[in-house]
Amino acid sequence: MVIVHSLQCLTAPIQLRILTSVEFVSINTTMFHNTVDKGEVPKMAAKKDKQFDPVKTLQEIEDKFEMVQILNEEGEIVNKDMDPNMSDEDLVELMTRMVYTRILDQRSISLNRQGRLGFYAPTAGQEASQIASHFALEKEDFILPGYRDVPQMIWHGLPLSMAFLWSRGHYKGGAIPEGVNVFPPQIIIGAQYIQAAGIALGFQKRGTKAVAMTYTGDGGTSQGDFYEGINFAGAYRSPAIFVIQNNQYAISTPRDVQTAGKTLAQKGVSAGIPSILVDGMDPLAVYAATKDARERAVNGEGPTLIETFCYRYGPHTMAGDDPTRYRTSETDSEWEKRDPLLRFRKYLEAKGIWNEEQEEKVIERATEDIREAIKEADAAPKQKVSDFINIMYKGELPYNLKEQLEIYTDKESK
Amino acid sequence: MAQMTMIQAINDAMKTELKNDENVLVFGEDVGNNGGVFRATEGLQKEFGEERVFDTPLGESGIGGLAIGLSLTGFRPVMEIQFFGFVYEVMDSISGQLARMQFRSGGKYNGPVTIRSPFGGGVATPEMHADSLEGLMAAQPGLTVVIPSTPYDAKGLLISAIRDENPVVYLEHMKLYRSFRQEVPEEEYTIPLGKADVKREGTDLSIFAYGAMVHESLKAAEELEKEGHSVEVVDLRTVQPLDIEAIIASVEKTNRAIVVQEAQKQAGIAANVVAEITERAILSLEAPVLRVTAPDTIYPFAQGENAWLPNAKDIMETAKKVLTF
Repeated sequence: MVIVHSLQCLTAPIQLRILTSVEFVSINTTMFHNTVDKGEVPKMAAKKDKQFDPVKTLQEIEDKFEMVQILNEEGEIVNKDMDPNMSDEDLVELMTRMVYTRILDQRSISLNRQGRLGFYAPTAGQEASQIASHFALEKEDFILPGYRDVPQMIWHGLPLSMAFLWSRGHYKGGAIPEGVNVFPPQIIIGAQYIQAAGIALGFQKRGTKAVAMTYTGDGGTSQGDFYEGINFAGAYRSPAIFVIQNNQYAISTPRDVQTAGKTLAQKGVSAGIPSILVDGMDPLAVYAATKDARERAVNGEGPTLIETFCYRYGPHTMAGDDPTRYRTSETDSEWEKRDPLLRFRKYLEAKGIWNEEQEEKVIERATEDIREAIKEADAAPKQKVSDFINIMYKGELPYNLKEQLEIYTDKESK
Repeated sequence: MAQMTMIQAINDAMKTELKNDENVLVFGEDVGNNGGVFRATEGLQKEFGEERVFDTPLGESGIGGLAIGLSLTGFRPVMEIQFFGFVYEVMDSISGQLARMQFRSGGKYNGPVTIRSPFGGGVATPEMHADSLEGLMAAQPGLTVVIPSTPYDAKGLLISAIRDENPVVYLEHMKLYRSFRQEVPEEEYTIPLGKADVKREGTDLSIFAYGAMVHESLKAAEELEKEGHSVEVVDLRTVQPLDIEAIIASVEKTNRAIVVQEAQKQAGIAANVVAEITERAILSLEAPVLRVTAPDTIYPFAQGENAWLPNAKDIMETAKKVLTF
């Protein structure tokens, strides 16, 4: 079974400017992590000829945001200093999850086309951004996903059948099991960012060594809540990680239309929080940046903003979006050369810890799990209006719903 | 018992719950050291510390998100929207997120959040500070909307709101903050949400009102008494859900009713009350149920508000129409 696109057409290596580890450290510790004390007056420019040049300042800041890559398209480590040195076991597990997730995506698309799934936002191409960032988390961390971030919820413990129920539009799909720290996928772009600030502040107040992790896309960075979320978490120095999966298009609107900013990561500077741009097709770069962000967060050093530069191969959602209206097949194939699974497979194969047989096993397991989960989802009870009324409030219902419950219960019993 | 203004009673309710439950947090713009722009949170940060009573950055939407996130980590947030006219900035957090949290999580995440906010006219505020937007909140399933009219009610209702397991919007009429004092017990007590209160007994006409309009209605009732009409004034106290039993009981007693609200007429609480009376007690009525409301314009600028706000005179006029129908 072909699960990833071929690398045959690879020509020249894609030009990615890579930060050295020294620059990386300087970004983390000095440039974007200064504290403004109460009433502190900004430092006055020393000389007239050094007066503030707003255009140059912007350019200098933007130039600092070079993209971090650790594993290139050939599956070679190109930045040894930043290599997170994951154990073989972890490398295999991360690959397993990415392959599994790619299969889940392919099956979900096909189930959707057969009318056996409801709302679905394809994930292929974003496995490094989604799964490698999640891989740096711990069970106690809390995830606030966007609607495309269902895979992270699953790897955080959400049963697959519930993800399917959520997709189909069954209320049981949102009834997150005890001990699974996730919120149902957010539909309102940006709302998850301000909520993440709240959970992070809650962890901080409770002294819990955990982070709130949230995801949005390139379009999400244009919402006011994006800024309020990173700004609140920054102001309180709360343990949050804000991920922007910059997959280049907000439905059809290209990234350039969203902002004058050269990068999205630089938006973190305005909130005074450490921010980094990583190759979002590179699992190691995404993992390393997230792990670093998590460590600082649980050590009381506040939130981080991570932009993962990536691509979705599929449409925005399965509800009629046609990417050929806004993307060319040339662009698609350029991005396919950067595929996260292909490069990770090469890397692992070279290490001698991955082979076709293993991959086939993962594919079989995923396919079987999906089949089982669909069966479970099919067995969910038909939804009744009385169910909806009963989940409106905790405790006693108000009079209007009490009356309506009686009416609907009576109707449903006939 | 102490004589308290409504703002003191509100402060006292928060103090009571901050003492009772370590999960209660009070936050918003300027609520910490400054004690809130109306001093509703005066002294609370000093007594309970910056961890529990704290300032937020200026961003209503962010405050709403903060409350939701804090509730997800087991806290019981009491968030302040500095003026309710600013609520549009946080509508998604309130109506889009908080109100439906219990529902969309299949019952797992309830949102025990109290949203406190000053509202209402007659105190010469700048634009967008004085609007009565309770109807907007009441239209959202999942929210309880409470509006006290006296210091005694304010304390008991706020304690209930904070203890409630669901999101409660608690609106404080600015004109009532310091307009009079009342005996308020220093110890804790609760007034159940969703229960109206008969503020004045009568047999000829029921006036249903809430917030500042309770006092205008009481004034009107006194005047009408002089003219020989016995008027009952029912303070709704909670505008969503309505206390249907109390409303219907009063209508069945007096057979005539008017509903008073400070908000504009269109699509408001008063319309809900009229509809409920019509559906449930039309055969008890001797006359149509009429409304006294503000006109359907934008809330006027400060110097024009007194010409616009409903008052005791308007209430009397409408009451007489119904009494003589």
